[in-house]
Amino acid sequence: MADFLWRALFAGIGVALVAGPLGSFVVWRRMSYFGDTLAHSALLGIALGIALDANLNIAVIVSCTLLACLLVALQQRKIISTDTLLGILAHSSLSLGLIAISLLEVRVDLLGYLFGDLLTVTGQELLWIYIGVAVILSLLLVFWRPLLAITVDEDLAQAEGYPVLWIRLLLMLLIAIVIAVAMKIVGVLLITSLMVIPAACARRLTNSPESMAALSSVAGCCAVVIGLFASLQWDTPTGPSIVVGATSLFLLVYALPLKGQKDIK
Amino acid sequence: MTAAESILQLDNLSVTLGNRAIIDNINLKLEPGEIVSLIGPNGAGKTTVVRAILGLIKPSTGRIKKRSGLRIGYMPQRLALEKTIPLTVQRFLKMTKNVSQTNVSDALGKVGAQHTEQRPMQAISGGELQRVLLARALLRKPHLLVLDEPAQGVDISGQAELYRLIGNLRDELGCSVLMVSHDLHLVMSSTDRVICMNHHICCSGHPEHVSNDPAYHELFGLEATEGLALYAHHHDHDHDPEGNVIHNQEHNHEGCNHG
Repeated sequence: MADFLWRALFAGIGVALVAGPLGSFVVWRRMSYFGDTLAHSALLGIALGIALDANLNIAVIVSCTLLACLLVALQQRKIISTDTLLGILAHSSLSLGLIAISLLEVRVDLLGYLFGDLLTVTGQELLWIYIGVAVILSLLLVFWRPLLAITVDEDLAQAEGYPVLWIRLLLMLLIAIVIAVAMKIVGVLLITSLMVIPAACARRLTNSPESMAALSSVAGCCAVVIGLFASLQWDTPTGPSIVVGATSLFLLVYALPLKGQKDIK
Repeated sequence: MTAAESILQLDNLSVTLGNRAIIDNINLKLEPGEIVSLIGPNGAGKTTVVRAILGLIKPSTGRIKKRSGLRIGYMPQRLALEKTIPLTVQRFLKMTKNVSQTNVSDALGKVGAQHTEQRPMQAISGGELQRVLLARALLRKPHLLVLDEPAQGVDISGQAELYRLIGNLRDELGCSVLMVSHDLHLVMSSTDRVICMNHHICCSGHPEHVSNDPAYHELFGLEATEGLALYAHHHDHDHDPEGNVIHNQEHNHEGCNHG
């Protein structure tokens, strides 16, 4: 197998590993639109990063985090519903990003950022991905209990002494890092699907939060492998192929009759 | 700890949202081992008092004094749990800090819900959920139990049983209990003191005393006076629709007109 394929495979697996548990939180907290909004703002981060000649991963993390903070601040004001607010922020930040990129002097591979370009992952980028993966996994391990506690019930968690606001910010930061590292794999438009679909697969097969998070990672890895080889076989775009791979897994899991486990309606 | 030291004290506590007073000038003292019930109609601000005590909202004015090191076990009014979280009762209870498997089983035993331990949280009945929430509050080894409508979603016979259980738990653990209810009759036998509120405190005292208090009948209207002869009485204030007090000089024996 060619070097670029190995790099692509390891990059995809790295991202799937962290997208699993974080995707579970996104599903549990009904944050998929929120994830989309953050991902869309990543493009603005890329434009700013290129303009300032800064590291693009850092630029994306910073812009996503800033957008998350802006969102929380606007939410507190309660001017309009969160759903509407997300709709405004998601598409205005995407448009701003597209405009900013068009104004740059440098030529930018826009399609690559929108839909991912897994096959061109460089060794340097692979390193960045695994640094991000290591940071996310260690933070998840350390803060697993408070993260879970605020997900189940924020009031109860606060009454029991968990610092709810900080933990919520941490979760947003983690999602921002995932977006930064996953951007190369599936692109900003498809990132949320890599978090949500494997988690939705895993939900049907598991009965504890930990096993759901772990199985989501496995499902994500399978989707990466399926997508990568489908893309080689039929010369399809890799990012979308991975998403379609995840969707096929999801359909398969939900089509299987499960015995011994009651569906929660 | 001296026996006389109260564990919790609210001094002139008010919470204002916009320019509407949700709770107005609440004074309250809780003694160790005491069961106090906070009753009032819907929207009277009972839950707001609870949330202020727990530190979930900031009071606009006034102070909350807690005995130092006070551990509070909180049972929320309801738990809106997403169906997508795979969570057994056991795992839910282990979310409290520093609890062991034995603690979890003990707590479930105390509230009579051992059989739910391995079941998913979303698959237990309303009554079982209330017991599980109570078990989680107990796991904090609380000095004070704060229960917001503990019998919500429980049928009538189950409600009486649940209040009896709360009374027994107090005797067993020696903790104080502050609970919110909208029905005096149900909490009557298991409470030491009743505080009747509608944004402000209308009357308080022993349950029998409160059930005969005109202010109580004002708040709850005919439902509460059912079976009792109507009688004229003195009352020094009216309420507007927001529950604010309107002092009425010409007010006399005709009874109050709550909005």
